[in-house]
Amino acid sequence: MTHNRLTHLRQLEAESIHIFREVAAEFEKPVMLYSIGKDSSVLLHLARKAFYPSPIPFPLLHVDTTWKFREMIEFRDQLVKDYDLDLLVHINPDGVEQGIGPFTHGSALHTDVMKTEGLKQALNQYRFDAAFGGARRDEEASRAKERIFSFRTENHRWDPKNQRPELWNVFNARVKKGESIRAFPLSNWTELDIWQYIYLENIPIVPLYFAKERPVVNRDGMLIMVDDERMPLEAGETPEMKSVRFRTLGCYPLTGAVESTASTLPEIIQEMLVARTSERQGRLIDKDQSGSMEKKKQEGYF
Amino acid sequence: MNIHAQQTPASVEEYLKAQESKGMLRFITCGSVDDGKSTLIGRLLWDSKMLFEDQLATLAAESKRVGTQGGNIDYALLLDGLQAEREQGITIDVAYRFFATDKRKFIVADTPGHEQYTRNMVTGASTADVAIILVDARKGILTQTQRHSFLVSLLGIRKVVLAVNKMDLMDYSETVFEDIRSSYEAFANQLGFDEIMAIPLSALEGDNIIANSENTPWYSGPALIDYLETVQIDQDLDAKPFRMPVQWVNRPNLDFRGFSGTIASGRVKVGDGIVVPASGKTSTVKRIVTFDGDLEEAFAGQAVTLVLEDEIDISRGDMLAGLQDRPACADQFEAKLVWMSEEDLLPGRNYILKLGTSTTTGRVSSLKYKVNVNTLEHVASKTLALNEIGICNFALDKPIAFDPYADNRQTGSFILIDRFSNATVAAGVIDFPLRRADNIHWQSVDIDKATRSEQKSQKASVLWFTGLSGSGKSTIANMVEKKLHALGKHTYLLDGDNVRHGLNKDLGFTDADRVENIRRVGETAKLFVDAGLISLVSFISPFRSERQMARGLLEEGEFIEVFVDTPLEVCEERDIKGLYAKARAGEIKNFTGIDSAYERPENAEIIIDGATTSVEQAADNIIAYLKENRFI
Repeated sequence: MTHNRLTHLRQLEAESIHIFREVAAEFEKPVMLYSIGKDSSVLLHLARKAFYPSPIPFPLLHVDTTWKFREMIEFRDQLVKDYDLDLLVHINPDGVEQGIGPFTHGSALHTDVMKTEGLKQALNQYRFDAAFGGARRDEEASRAKERIFSFRTENHRWDPKNQRPELWNVFNARVKKGESIRAFPLSNWTELDIWQYIYLENIPIVPLYFAKERPVVNRDGMLIMVDDERMPLEAGETPEMKSVRFRTLGCYPLTGAVESTASTLPEIIQEMLVARTSERQGRLIDKDQSGSMEKKKQEGYF
Repeated sequence: MNIHAQQTPASVEEYLKAQESKGMLRFITCGSVDDGKSTLIGRLLWDSKMLFEDQLATLAAESKRVGTQGGNIDYALLLDGLQAEREQGITIDVAYRFFATDKRKFIVADTPGHEQYTRNMVTGASTADVAIILVDARKGILTQTQRHSFLVSLLGIRKVVLAVNKMDLMDYSETVFEDIRSSYEAFANQLGFDEIMAIPLSALEGDNIIANSENTPWYSGPALIDYLETVQIDQDLDAKPFRMPVQWVNRPNLDFRGFSGTIASGRVKVGDGIVVPASGKTSTVKRIVTFDGDLEEAFAGQAVTLVLEDEIDISRGDMLAGLQDRPACADQFEAKLVWMSEEDLLPGRNYILKLGTSTTTGRVSSLKYKVNVNTLEHVASKTLALNEIGICNFALDKPIAFDPYADNRQTGSFILIDRFSNATVAAGVIDFPLRRADNIHWQSVDIDKATRSEQKSQKASVLWFTGLSGSGKSTIANMVEKKLHALGKHTYLLDGDNVRHGLNKDLGFTDADRVENIRRVGETAKLFVDAGLISLVSFISPFRSERQMARGLLEEGEFIEVFVDTPLEVCEERDIKGLYAKARAGEIKNFTGIDSAYERPENAEIIIDGATTSVEQAADNIIAYLKENRFI
């Protein structure tokens, strides 16, 4: 139900805070998945608001694939210091041992091992019974139907056909031992809402979102940034300095940049308003086949 | 038109400033695929520029591959997110869609329209302020239109748009539109809507969606978007009594103790008196704390943390309310229940009831009737199946604070959760509290088997022990009764000793007397069942027809046949009363197993192997059966 007095952003904010508090009150061991991206920045900001003046009553978890942009890791570590956060970092040791990487093993296997498997390992290891994620329903068709409290089996699987009905703002938080829920406080936010809120609240985000001259190569129509020496250049390929920014952040070899000169939030928002492509277009993993996100989610991907 | 204005702001800063006063509206679209629902939503997204090129490219490719529009853009594919649904060509869940204009952000709950998806529609309607009810201009008001209207009214939506779609296929005829409008208004009269806005549309052609169409010069009302941008919603929510369910006790250190929650209705100022309805304890608001600084006053919809002047006992699940217009606080109420589970409602069975932030245990103490969602007729029923709606009395384990749903959608709604599967099995909206006094009054005029059973927290039934003499049935029945008694259950044991010596002492052992014996025992057991007791009957009852007669006296599910299956040799060897010896010696005639037949039960509910099972184990098995089948 909506309220006349509050603007849409304040209503979204209040709804997210409500979700944070419900999870914190009902579950024994929640965790917040922190991916360092702009949605995670908003999520973190909302978590701080929800429990103020108490500190956030659960840890943050970053599932590191070892292929994140260097600036992301710097940003993460700075934030942990500034806000005195309890951050857990998990890297899939099996993947490291086998030397799994996007260049050598392809995006699908890399994502599966380092991200999906890594996430499951961490959730099992710490026995979390609830995990916050920053997913939004406007991102992708299968997410449009996912609940705010999204039930996961003992094997972390999502069953889209058997979701619990979710009415009003009353959430069913009952799980058996080993089962869990993923909670999505940003479910009803759109990409534009996120940017507007970052602007309104002056929320720190990774500088990669702002345009700057960066070394990129054009691969299969995507501008990939050469972030470190692990990136193998193909014959005749030379990194070019281009003014680019990122609309979404992940593993640098899998994340396409857009050419842009937008170096401030208003400029980014202006670009968004005339944009003709959705933000997930910059992500390789969605492109494999239709329904690919739904499949990944069923297997436990966020 | 104005929907595009947001893409060309004079300056981004100005635009962002304007955004800060933008409101929000949640609505639900009701209609089947054939009514053009997906096309309508697709068009709203398209016209508000919420579709991007890559999404359109995917959509175009998918339309060719699995579309139902002959290769043209099939908007339904955009909305039908889940792969399985896409392949079946139907929408089977609730999807949420987003678009925005200059004035408002919109959240659309897109739900399927068929009767078997009632629960999905109810879910979508629960958070909606407005419902768009789609009607195909060629077909007019259908049964499903009535069902959709009833459901949105049940969920408290007071403003509906009657979207008469596909007007292009009816030559934009005013008569067609007016006929549909008037017949709808006649029907909807009983549903208590505050406003019905009928709009002639063509979602496919874009008539009266963004702007008034030249094709309907006779129509002077607003275009759909105009209406959605300006419709007044919940204008009185701030004016309602203050309610805040406590979500979380905020206690960072010994010097701070706050109560965090979202204000469900009304407003609260520093210095206001508040009450905890469950305990009656009162205090005064000292601070309204937020991350962005303390507030002097807070309103419905805001998530805040209240600090009180006094140390009173408050925990999650309590509601904070103003001193005036307090909520009801009761352990019984009447509610409308929408059943959402494949497993039927069991009146009397305990479910977890979650209302706001409070969790308690409750049960349906009586199901008054169910409502036929197509005709709105009241139908007597003992249970509710998936998608059925019933009017019930509820009894809770402890009193909780609430308001009637008509007064407050947040504090008058609840869900039921199955205690074993943890599934959300029902959604409820409260009509009114039943005070204890009211309830006693109600009981005094209508006390029946169900109420007597319910008072004893059990389901009345007969455990009918049959088996040869010496099979152990009386010993087992005795043990079962002891165990039931220990569990606090109310029982009575009927056996040869207490019946043959009193009630039936005029009867002998002729065939006619045997039948009369069983008839009387059966009738007595029936009276005890009516009294709400679990009665245990231990009689040889060798003939199937006799046992069948006893079963027939009771209602289905009340008669539990327990066959104590002990071989004749074992019984004869035991021969506790020396009866077998006498029978073998010819001193007793018509002795079952010797010179009179024992007809083995064919469909006994419980079979006990009397030769190998201990009395203790046999009794435990029977108790387990009673628990499993929710008799106790």
